[in-house]
Amino acid sequence: MAGNGAIKRDGGKGVKDMVMERIKSIKDIPPEENMLPGTPTCAGCGGLLALRHCMKALGRKIVIVNAAGCFTLLTIYPYTPFKNSWLYTAMACAPAGAQGIRDALDILIKKGRLDPDENLKVVVLTGDGSAYDMSLSSTSGAINRNLDFYYICYDNEAYGNTGVQWSGATPFASKTGTTPPGMLSPIGAELAKKDLFAIWNSHKPPYLATISPAHPVDLINKFKKAEQYKGPKLFIALSPCPPGWGIDPSYTVKLAKLAVDTGVWALKEAVFGNLKHTVVPKRFKPVEEYLKVQGRFAHLFKPVRQEGALNKIQEGVDEYWNRHKLLL
Amino acid sequence: MLTGNAAAAWGVRLAEVDYIPVYPITPQTEIIETLAGWISNGVMDSRFVTMDSEHSMLTAAGSASATGARAFTATSSQGLLYGFEMLYAVAGWRVPLVMVNVSRGLSSPITLEPDHNDVLAARDTGFLQIHCETCQEVLDSILMAYRLAEDERVLLPIFVNLDGFYLSFTREPVAVPDVEQVRNFLPLYQPKHAFFKASQPMAQSAAVLGGSSYSYFKYQMHMASQNALAVYKEVCDEFETGFGRNYDTVEGYMLDDADYVLVMTNSFSTLGKAAVKAARERGIKAGLLRLRLLRPFPVADLKAAIGGKKAVAVIDQNISIGKGGILHSEIASCLYNEKHRPLLLSFIAGLGGKNISPDEFEFIITKMIEGEDTEDAGTAQLIYTDKEWQEMGRLKGMAGKG
Repeated sequence: MAGNGAIKRDGGKGVKDMVMERIKSIKDIPPEENMLPGTPTCAGCGGLLALRHCMKALGRKIVIVNAAGCFTLLTIYPYTPFKNSWLYTAMACAPAGAQGIRDALDILIKKGRLDPDENLKVVVLTGDGSAYDMSLSSTSGAINRNLDFYYICYDNEAYGNTGVQWSGATPFASKTGTTPPGMLSPIGAELAKKDLFAIWNSHKPPYLATISPAHPVDLINKFKKAEQYKGPKLFIALSPCPPGWGIDPSYTVKLAKLAVDTGVWALKEAVFGNLKHTVVPKRFKPVEEYLKVQGRFAHLFKPVRQEGALNKIQEGVDEYWNRHKLLL
Repeated sequence: MLTGNAAAAWGVRLAEVDYIPVYPITPQTEIIETLAGWISNGVMDSRFVTMDSEHSMLTAAGSASATGARAFTATSSQGLLYGFEMLYAVAGWRVPLVMVNVSRGLSSPITLEPDHNDVLAARDTGFLQIHCETCQEVLDSILMAYRLAEDERVLLPIFVNLDGFYLSFTREPVAVPDVEQVRNFLPLYQPKHAFFKASQPMAQSAAVLGGSSYSYFKYQMHMASQNALAVYKEVCDEFETGFGRNYDTVEGYMLDDADYVLVMTNSFSTLGKAAVKAARERGIKAGLLRLRLLRPFPVADLKAAIGGKKAVAVIDQNISIGKGGILHSEIASCLYNEKHRPLLLSFIAGLGGKNISPDEFEFIITKMIEGEDTEDAGTAQLIYTDKEWQEMGRLKGMAGKG
């Protein structure tokens, strides 16, 4: 098992072959569902769609370690949508919970008290409030210790489960319950979204990627690539949130795609700190196309157009892609 | 000769613990340094991980225990409070984690020396609590703690408490039992309830809504803690059979024929015992009751020990600001419905490691005798000597607040 540090080499098949079995289209996505429908998440939840694809990639021999957030409500006693194990911890410490389980499985297998076939992959699942803010310390510790685990952050850019308030992942100029645009603060959120990818990448983990529910092929292939590495394998999924972002639930996938096409959400990966972009739009659409369809940015257009804020957002996106010499 | 901290480490070594997530804090650190040294030298087959905080440390210890490993961790004071959220969580996971708390007063003002506001803050969490007076008792209690916590009728985590400095750094003669003998008493941890394995997918610690499930699980914890009272007696008897040392839920000192009883916990009880002896020499029938098991609270043993006494003085080395001594309140609630209840007096002493001098004990015993005459227990008294008062005045002068 990958969890025990060994790389599986089935029937003399090389490691490279195993990990490079990339899929080419959505037709190649595994049909099996490891998460059943009927969860209490909101209609059109982008995070849930991303998670569904992640679960296809991860298989069933996993234990999910969850921190407080929207997805805590996936498992409400006595129901669970998962065919795998689950442990809810608390908001700040899911990576520490993963540490204890990983270490215990390793110890019990080593001491002959657990059959190696009983091994599990350990998967942390948290929202952005936990990942960007409260669990920065426990995540940094886990990455630094080279803990063999997966981390999936569904990033809906706000504290969603408490009814959409500002988090460290909230982008500049977004309206949330605690950054309401008003007479004195017409912009809404005045701080920039933290660059969690850069924060995590400064630890040079074996594998780190951004993913999108609108790019399932890219998502699956990233998990396939990550599988070869022992150590932290980290994923941040930009996850449109219909009630939080002010969009129709049917628009989630289109908006997730628009985030990539406008350059707002860069699909990329880093292997031991070395960065590579995996999806680069041939021509970037104006960021305004992404902003104007969302209720959380409506105040930038009405009653008066806030040109300064709109320019600042576009400039921020341009600066990112210029810095990486990918803006044509 | 071992310090209290070294005795704790020996208990962990003899219990053949699998997993030790840690975070340093004074005065606990000697425990984890000792364990780290043994593991590094290969005399202990455990995995040792320094976490990023006590909050993470408790989470890792709890989740490892939930996976089937025998886990240990330790902290003090601020560290306990930093991890506080996870005390409730880990207890709710129903895992038999053993944790040492080396008591230290709580900030603010920040200090190093002991009182029991740290560990008593955790009294409602679901953790069981054993409080120790001697270094030998620390070692022995860790072995007993695993037996108690791992019993299927209990399955709750447990604290073993010792006082910082006064016990953690005091060397006393300690008999270190043979590992084979310990194995007979404490067999290999092979839990039936361990959850995380591939063939048995299971959601643990799932959210509950609506109140009735929540109440059900909380009641279960309370009943399990109550079960621990009977299980403790079994464990206590077996320990005595195996090792020849007896540790009941409460310990009486010159108690049987005593009229006036001091109630204390932890290492300062030794001072109390000396004061009892001195009072006996003055012809006063004094005695002392030391509470050892604080959770579950040994109500029946407590009633049997102090029912019918003339007066009882609870010396709380803690303070519930705005109420008084925590143990005084707990003991009073046990005695309220008793027909022959003693006069119950309340004293706060020894906060932040402040000494309790023979004069102060004499004052407390005198108050018991006076109270019995007047049938007036008075309110909680904050014990402080004239000399300390004068010294404090001098310090305030230096601080510009004279």
